[in-house]
Amino acid sequence: MIEVEDLHKAFDGEEVLKGIDFTFEKSKTNIIIGQSGSGKSVLLKCMLGLFTPEKGIIKYDGKPYSNFTEDERKDLSKQIGMVFQGGALFDSMTVEENVMFPLKMFTKKQNKENEERVKEVLKRVNLGGNEKKMPSEISGGMQKRVSIARAIVNRPKYLFCDEPNSGLDPKTATVIDNLIQEITHEYDITTIIITHDMNSVLEIGENIAFLKNGVLAWKGDKSQIFKTDDETVTDFVYSSDLFQKVREAQQQGL
Amino acid sequence: MTKTSVLKSLILKEIDDLIIGSMGIVSFLSFFIGAVVALQTALNLNNPLIPKSLVAYAARQSIVLEFAPTFISIIMAGKVGSYITSSIGSMNVTEQIDALEVMGINSLNYLIFPKIIAMLFYPFVIAISMFLGILGAYTAAVMGGFVPPDIFVQGLQEDFIPFHLVYAFIKTFLFAFILATVPAYHGYYMKGGALEVGEASTTSFVWTSVVIIITNYAVTQLLLS
Repeated sequence: MIEVEDLHKAFDGEEVLKGIDFTFEKSKTNIIIGQSGSGKSVLLKCMLGLFTPEKGIIKYDGKPYSNFTEDERKDLSKQIGMVFQGGALFDSMTVEENVMFPLKMFTKKQNKENEERVKEVLKRVNLGGNEKKMPSEISGGMQKRVSIARAIVNRPKYLFCDEPNSGLDPKTATVIDNLIQEITHEYDITTIIITHDMNSVLEIGENIAFLKNGVLAWKGDKSQIFKTDDETVTDFVYSSDLFQKVREAQQQGL
Repeated sequence: MTKTSVLKSLILKEIDDLIIGSMGIVSFLSFFIGAVVALQTALNLNNPLIPKSLVAYAARQSIVLEFAPTFISIIMAGKVGSYITSSIGSMNVTEQIDALEVMGINSLNYLIFPKIIAMLFYPFVIAISMFLGILGAYTAAVMGGFVPPDIFVQGLQEDFIPFHLVYAFIKTFLFAFILATVPAYHGYYMKGGALEVGEASTTSFVWTSVVIIITNYAVTQLLLS
């Protein structure tokens, strides 16, 4: 579980996060949504320790991150898996080497044990048999799955995903969404996903934070977001024609 | 911290990419530069009072003092420097550096330190360049019929000052450090997308060359004047 309390972050005097309070729950897919520039990525980077907030507390399982010693921070980074928007696979390494990388860096296991773990994880993301391929030889969807495999190979406690299905076709995006949700429940981890994609919210949004101009404008789950009358949220949720038509159909009782 | 076994394999990979991978072009250039230096000297020595051994002497001095260490380093700024900038720059653009940081890996240490260590082998490249340059000069001067072989060898040995080799290798070590760090800086701190990676490579080549030329002047002033 990650708790964020009264989080403030500014760049060049301009406040990007204006006092965020939210709890990212364990074993749930926690989704942060909001328009571009609403502060989603800054919030994520503050939680990852890449940005230092001006004010506020980030607690990992109840312990404030600011109180962590250098060693504790290193240990925490080993418990974090991250799926980047573009996959961020190391293009000089094969699929197998990419997934094995965190194991090589942080464990003292023998190569054979690592290879077995990599095979197991790749099978879990339905990529068995692709071990020797280079990232450039596989599709965008497969790259995302390799990125997920790399993020979970070390059995992390926290999984961060930055727009994991951007640039993917709707079918592949759904596959990725479902995979992240399954892994979250299976490994009992705290997953935090940043997305613009309302389909993802509809599919896997178990705990949703809606940010607007650096403020937490709404929170709830996927069943509540489509029922809320909060104009700030409905403006965003029904900004696409498809969702607008669905809403009209619902209102007409179709 | 980067794990020792991982660091070792990274260093070996960098030696392969930066040092072994440059041997072909360095050998080719060195041989023909040496040949041209000998040819030019031979063709311009019309005075019968000037001994023919001067062709070998001039070739040796120019190759050992400048062509091998400095000229080849400028070429390497284009080859190795652009490679370093574009590879680190691409990693920057595609969030691979962020991925390292999130994993708790010191990305500067992981990406740049192995390159600096690999470039410690750069003097071997320059030593081979010197040898091939002189071989090229010998081939052009002797095979071209400008200088008899024994006179050429005698010219090579004339007024040889061992400190010139020390000077050449001192500056080679400095150039190696410049070749690893200046392009790495431009790649690591670049911002933007694919277009900016190209721009960073060009800027890095210009700056690496400028720093090499200035360092060359400073070292020559300090050690030889």
